[in-house]
Amino acid sequence: MIIVHVVVTALLGTGVFFAMVGSIGLLRFPDFYTRLHATGKCDTLGAGLVILGAMVYHFFQYPETLLVPAKLAFLILFIFIANPTATHAIMKAAYKTGVEPWRLGEERR
Amino acid sequence: MRKGEKWFGLLFTFCVMAVFWVLLSGIFDAFHLISGLVCCAIVAIISRDLLVNGKSENKLLKSLRLIMYIPWELWQIVLANIDVAYRVLHPKMPIDPLIIEFETILRGELSLLTLANSITLTPGTITLLVEPERGKFWVHAIAKEPAHALLVDQTMQRKVAHVFMET
Amino acid sequence: MITIFFVASLLITITMALSLYRAVAGPGVFNRVAAVNIIGTKTIVLLVVMGYYFERPYFFDIALLYAMINFIGTLVFAKYIERGEL
Repeated sequence: MIIVHVVVTALLGTGVFFAMVGSIGLLRFPDFYTRLHATGKCDTLGAGLVILGAMVYHFFQYPETLLVPAKLAFLILFIFIANPTATHAIMKAAYKTGVEPWRLGEERR
Repeated sequence: MRKGEKWFGLLFTFCVMAVFWVLLSGIFDAFHLISGLVCCAIVAIISRDLLVNGKSENKLLKSLRLIMYIPWELWQIVLANIDVAYRVLHPKMPIDPLIIEFETILRGELSLLTLANSITLTPGTITLLVEPERGKFWVHAIAKEPAHALLVDQTMQRKVAHVFMET
Repeated sequence: MITIFFVASLLITITMALSLYRAVAGPGVFNRVAAVNIIGTKTIVLLVVMGYYFERPYFFDIALLYAMINFIGTLVFAKYIERGEL
């Protein structure tokens, strides 16, 4: 049982760390496109890891209801397909309306 | 062949709807299951060409190769996250963004979607724009090395082309 | 054990607050849309974690539906800005 606790803690901790890195990148990076680099990747893996940790916890805490882990697995699958697509859609809209990408040495905006 | 396509689309839509119904309802008595399956059948008949359209052969082999492709993709996602975390937390922020464009030999909708999502999730690159007719991609890269990996090595393009057999 | 879920939900709330700064202050509409999308993804994670902390399994249904609404909302917003109409 202690191994399960360690695994759940590690998964939740890593997921929250990546979510935190995504938010810091959203604040720190100089322009819109580079900010999406931080959020589009880190948020996907962070959410996936936290939900995976919850799934492992559920398997050992409530082994009689297997419908909820199936729901969570579906949620992970949906996030991994939907999040890059949403990022791509916002980026395409920005590129088509003419938002200029930031170059090295320019002022941050 | 045409008829087989239609039946595959119908069956696939029905299976997806049924799985979703069972997940969301969570009640397994006869009334709820039968009413849900009837609703799924009606929706599947109305919108069977929404999820699966276009013709393609060897669907089973392609699905198998797609499943084989996923572990490599997950490893690339982990590498991409470590790369972004390094760039965010480094005090000097080693970024040098640029936009690159290249053409691929892929034409199918599903293969283009897979390649675009893979590019977005792998280290240092995000898909900006895709032109399906020529298979052309505009990609925003955060530094020189990821752009070099995508332009010169072309590991990912070869892997996706192998998955969807469009070599 | 359940304390871990409490700490995780607290830290996720802090990251949401950090993203909220970009949604309020960020120059231009695209920064705001991106920040709102990120807050939505974090809300899904927060719903799952709080479902375990309060032992309410109904939260997962809400999380599943919220994921879809968030995705479709972002797509509609991007299309609207790109074309100027729906």
